[in-house]
Amino acid sequence: MVTFRFIPYHEIQPLSSAKRINKLLKIVKDESIVVMEGRLKREEEVDLIEITMEEISPKFKGIELSVVYPDKKDQSNMQRVRGAFANVLLGDRTGLTIIGPASVVKKIEKNPNKIELFMNDNSPRYRKKSARKKK
Amino acid sequence: MVKKFLQNLFKKLKFNPFGRRSHIKLGLYGPPNGGKSTLANRICQDWLGEEMSSVSHIAHETREIMIKEQVNIKNKKGKELTFSLVDTPGIATRIDYEDFLKRGMKKTQAKKRAKEATKGVIDSIKWLDNMDAVIVVLDSTKDPYSQVNITIIGNLQARDIPVLLVANKIDLKRSNIEVIESAFPQYSVVGVSAKYGKQIEDFYESVFKLVK
Repeated sequence: MVTFRFIPYHEIQPLSSAKRINKLLKIVKDESIVVMEGRLKREEEVDLIEITMEEISPKFKGIELSVVYPDKKDQSNMQRVRGAFANVLLGDRTGLTIIGPASVVKKIEKNPNKIELFMNDNSPRYRKKSARKKK
Repeated sequence: MVKKFLQNLFKKLKFNPFGRRSHIKLGLYGPPNGGKSTLANRICQDWLGEEMSSVSHIAHETREIMIKEQVNIKNKKGKELTFSLVDTPGIATRIDYEDFLKRGMKKTQAKKRAKEATKGVIDSIKWLDNMDAVIVVLDSTKDPYSQVNITIIGNLQARDIPVLLVANKIDLKRSNIEVIESAFPQYSVVGVSAKYGKQIEDFYESVFKLVK
C-alpha cells in the first residue's frame, strides 16, 4: 500500500520556511508521498535538499522530488499580469509538488506535463505486506 | 554582515572592489556522475599539465570541495582568463549506502562513503554563494528534467550567478544535446566529451563568454 498525503496551500502558507520544510519532511519520513498544492520557493527547495542530507541515516535514505509547473510561455501578457497579482495576494499556488521517500519511490520522471512515479519493489511497506501474506 | 550586503549590492551592479578580476571562482556543479571531475581534470591537464580530482564510475567519488587556484586559459585571439576552479560534490536528494554495496564495497566502507557524500552535498549547496560563475555539468545521455537540475539552475538564477550548461558525454550514442537545450532554453549549452576532449575548444570559448 502506498499512502498519498495532500497538502493544500493554505496549510503551509502561514508557516515559516523552516517549519514548512520540517512539516513536509516529517510526512515523508513517515513513508507517505506528499502531494502539495503550489511549490516551495527556490531557496526552500535547496534548503529541503540540505536538510534531507542532514537527516540521512540507514533508515532514511532521502527523497524523490518533482514539481509540475505550468509553462508560462503559452500565457498571454494579460494572463501573466493577472497571475502575478493573484500570486501577490494569495501566494504562488500554481503547480504541484510531489515529494516521496526514497525507500518507497524509486524515481519520478517528468516529461514536462506528465509525471510518472516508479515505486521500489523492496520498500519496507511492500516487504511487510508480503511477509504477512506468507503467514 | 555589512561587507556581505555590499558584496551582494556590488555584484548586482557588476562591480566588486573586494576582489580582483583574476580571482574569479568558477564552480562546477551538477548531479553525481555527470562528469564534473572529468571536466575539471581536462581543464587542468590542458592548462596546468596536471590532474585535479579522482574519477570513478561509482557515484559520489568527489565528496569534498576541490579548488585549483590560478588556472590561466587563453583563447584563439590570445585573450587570457585566470580563475580558481572549484570542483564540487554532485548534488542529490537521495543517498543509500546499499547502492555502494551493490558496486562491490564493504558495508563499513559503503556507510562511510554515504556519510561523506551527504556532507559533500551540503557543502556544495553552502558554496553556491561563493561562486562568480557556474558551469552546470549534465550527462547528455540522461533525462535533464530532474528536479535537482531544475533546483540548482533556478537557485543560480535567483542569485544572479552566470550559468553555462555543459552537455557532457557527447561521445556516447545515446547523447542528446537538444533535450537539454529544450529543457533550459534560456541558457547556452555546449556539448563536450570531457573524457576525450571532443569540442573542448568550443567549451573554452563559452567560458570566456560566461566570465566576460
